Amino acid sequence: MELIVIGLSHKVTSIEIRERLAFKESEMAKALVQAQSFPSVKENMILSTCNRVEIYAASRETDKAILDLKNFLSQYHDLPLKDFEKNLYFFVGEEAVRHIFRVASSLDSMVIGEPQILGQIKSAYNIATESKSSGVILHRLLHRAFHVAKRVRTETKISNSAVSVSSVAVELAEKIFGTLEKRTVLLVGAGEMSELAARHLVSGGAEKILVTNRTYERAIALAEEFQGEAIRFEEMASGLKKADIVISATESPHYIIGHDQMAKVMKDRKQKPIFFIDIADPRDIEPRVGDIENVYLYNIDELQKVANENIKDREKEVERAEAIVQDEMVKFVQWYQSLEVTPTIVALRNKFEEIRSKELEKTLSLLPNLSEKEKQSLEMLTSSIINKILHGPLTRLKQKDEEVISDFYIDVIRTLFQLPDRSGKEEEE
Amino acid sequence: MNIPFFKFASLCYLLGTLSYLIHLVSLKNLLSRLGFTIVTIGFASHTLALLTRYFEAGYTPVTNLHESLSFFAWMIIGILLITNLKYKIKVMGSLLTPIALILMLFAFALPKEIVPLAPVLRSFWHPFHVTFAFLGNAIFALAFCCGVMYLIQEHQLKSKKMGAIAKRLPNLKVLDDLNYQALTFGFPLLTLGIITGAVWAEYAWGRYWGWDPKETWSLITWFLYAALLHQRLTVGWRGRKAAIMAIVGFMAILFTFLGVNLILPGLHAYSNW
Repeated sequence: MELIVIGLSHKVTSIEIRERLAFKESEMAKALVQAQSFPSVKENMILSTCNRVEIYAASRETDKAILDLKNFLSQYHDLPLKDFEKNLYFFVGEEAVRHIFRVASSLDSMVIGEPQILGQIKSAYNIATESKSSGVILHRLLHRAFHVAKRVRTETKISNSAVSVSSVAVELAEKIFGTLEKRTVLLVGAGEMSELAARHLVSGGAEKILVTNRTYERAIALAEEFQGEAIRFEEMASGLKKADIVISATESPHYIIGHDQMAKVMKDRKQKPIFFIDIADPRDIEPRVGDIENVYLYNIDELQKVANENIKDREKEVERAEAIVQDEMVKFVQWYQSLEVTPTIVALRNKFEEIRSKELEKTLSLLPNLSEKEKQSLEMLTSSIINKILHGPLTRLKQKDEEVISDFYIDVIRTLFQLPDRSGKEEEE
Repeated sequence: MNIPFFKFASLCYLLGTLSYLIHLVSLKNLLSRLGFTIVTIGFASHTLALLTRYFEAGYTPVTNLHESLSFFAWMIIGILLITNLKYKIKVMGSLLTPIALILMLFAFALPKEIVPLAPVLRSFWHPFHVTFAFLGNAIFALAFCCGVMYLIQEHQLKSKKMGAIAKRLPNLKVLDDLNYQALTFGFPLLTLGIITGAVWAEYAWGRYWGWDPKETWSLITWFLYAALLHQRLTVGWRGRKAAIMAIVGFMAILFTFLGVNLILPGLHAYSNW
């Protein structure tokens, strides 16, 4: 039995194709059953998020299964295979395990370390369990993946730092104000950039948006979008007095907010802290404004610099996370290789044989007067007992027709008889 | 019985300090919880030490430097535990616990015997005076820590460094809020400490105020904090200025508490130590 991953993600595929190939959650159960109907596919589950569509499957005929699943994607979504085949990737065996562990740990995400993906995998797995399309291998694999994700989250600092300009801005605002809640944001310039930044702050909790713009009508229009308030450009000082965070993004060729003006505003504000984000090029805010007490001024390049430093830090953490994934992958592969029938039979026989010979030895040492012939009879007797006991189970294991079930039996036998599976003890979550 | 409790409390503060400091480096939450637990146990033992000493001596045990340092440390840890209820500032433990530990170590090195009480200390006002004064001082110790952290964090933000230091320190708002809260609690306590002291002086020495060095310095301290409170309420001295004032104010407290005893002779030095 081999694991297969087939899918496409944000890395190689445009949003249009990803959308065409996405599975609706409401139709997921149906899709799983359909994929399960291929004889080559023994177990399967589907992960469909806005950044990736992936099928995880277990199969004995990997090449056939990959082909079947490709066609399944094409037929199910009514999209010719040639339109997306070049975007598809697939992994088999160890690499499939590694891929799933990496996805669950958010190492393969667009924003590395973002936490949503784990929840998405969990719900995909739940649907597969309900639809009975996942079996012993996917069950074990996914639980392992959750465990790996937890290890990565707690043992590395991968999801700790802001790596985009807007998340750095939010993080800085939180370092100054504690939280964004109840904060007032003043947008100077009603362009696309300031709108985008404002959206980010609003989703972070900012309460009120003020907009000022040279063309007052545009200020009104943008203010309406946020249910905010428009301020005439000449009256910007009143906005500066009220705002906690100022985002400036005008196309003005010279400074709009100067040092002396701001120093005066700070007196009116009773020194309440204010955070300026200057995303204009050329700058809107005189750099010396940042020297005023309780004024914090960052321009877009400085935000970018902080983001870049965080990215560098995170790369180190990614390395550590990859090491965890590698370690867990090796453990998992050892377990699933042990699911092969022959080694299980050998291990089971050895176990019984070991018990038999130990017990026999004990008995013989208590009966020193037995003749050679009597000893041989005892040997024969005990051997034939274990052979008779093992006959039924072993015959069942050797039946190749229902592989999914035989994997289940192998797993049960290994657990019940405590046969070593070379992966050591499992800590299930 | 008070000394074993005192020693055990010191040991707890030592272990708590270690645990908090390792937390500061590693950012493992388990360690800050561990530190908190150990320090809480230490505080309980310290409380027992003070209680047993109270009963063994028959007076409020804040009469010599050993007792004062121990009492001060106890107040500081108490303030840390109370602050922790409302503000989840883990780094606070990494600052206040070592301060308490240092006070305990000094107290440890000083003569610890219970001696008959000097007549002048035998007063109804004594326990009130020392409780108000030390509680005020402990709260200002908290404000001092907030001030130090504020200045460092502000420097990080102004110089646009968002590295390991900025990550570990709390945000400016909570530090400034806490500084202000400390002022609103600490200042009345300091005032009460001075007033009860003056009333007691009237009984003991027949005058409310005599410009003894301790009295003079506590008045200077009082004016520093009064100025900060006034400026804060009227022209918005917050943030950096308030942080600097909290630091300066605490320096004045330390000098009033220790410097005066050690350097300037006066009525408040009741024993050689």
